[in-house]
Amino acid sequence: MRRDIFQAIADPTRRAIITLIALQAMTPNAIADNFHTTRQSVSKHLRILTECELVKQEQQGREIYYSLEIEKMKEIDKWIAPLRKIWETRFNQLDQVLSTLKKKKK
Amino acid sequence: MTNPLLFDFTVDKKTKTVSIIREFDAGLSLVWDAFTKQELLDQWLAPKPWTCRTKYMHFKVGGKRFYAMVSPEGQERWAIQEYTSITPKTNFKMYNAFADKDENPELPGSEWDHTFSEENGITKVCITIYNESLERLERILDGFTQGMKMSLANLENLLATLSVK
Repeated sequence: MRRDIFQAIADPTRRAIITLIALQAMTPNAIADNFHTTRQSVSKHLRILTECELVKQEQQGREIYYSLEIEKMKEIDKWIAPLRKIWETRFNQLDQVLSTLKKKKK
Repeated sequence: MTNPLLFDFTVDKKTKTVSIIREFDAGLSLVWDAFTKQELLDQWLAPKPWTCRTKYMHFKVGGKRFYAMVSPEGQERWAIQEYTSITPKTNFKMYNAFADKDENPELPGSEWDHTFSEENGITKVCITIYNESLERLERILDGFTQGMKMSLANLENLLATLSVK
């Protein structure tokens, strides 16, 4: 199943994980130390994040380190631009409505 | 033409809140009317080429507005809003949800808060939209983007037909 990035950030624990590993690459155990959940639950979140290609894994000796894919995070901003555009268009239309109303009142 | 009036648009993913601030070159009463009267809302709320059609609107606490965004192809996307708080010419809040054509809402929806203030004939409107689900925000975009793509495709077809002649 292909997951998307919004699923990745829809969960508060996953957002917290993203914030953590944005600073430095971490092992699953080190990540789990920051949460009051089980190691299994953290693993599940890491798996989802990996499937969304939001984090990457790197083997260093016997440990696996997780780090953030910064480029992928930028995708989130891509949908903000069109949303902003919708409001811009909307408000430009409202400007016209208001200007017509003002003329009528005079 | 550049617009000298303030327009600020931010999305806070952590709090799932969209904040929009915009100034209008009009008095408070006029701007308030444009946001709270059916016949005025229908004139600007749908970003072109979409149009807006309100079936009914009762602007009072507990009252509802049932309306559709209509695509250039005539496809209707219904939504229902319930006004949860109104302080005339200052603030109003509502709960917005997508719906089917029979007024059945699709939950979760989003919570909207509008604040109005006037200074020197310029009215400032601050809107915050809290979305329980970010996927929902994406859906709103998908609809409009698709609508725009479709109308562009229509235009392309039209141009192609015209140039053949």
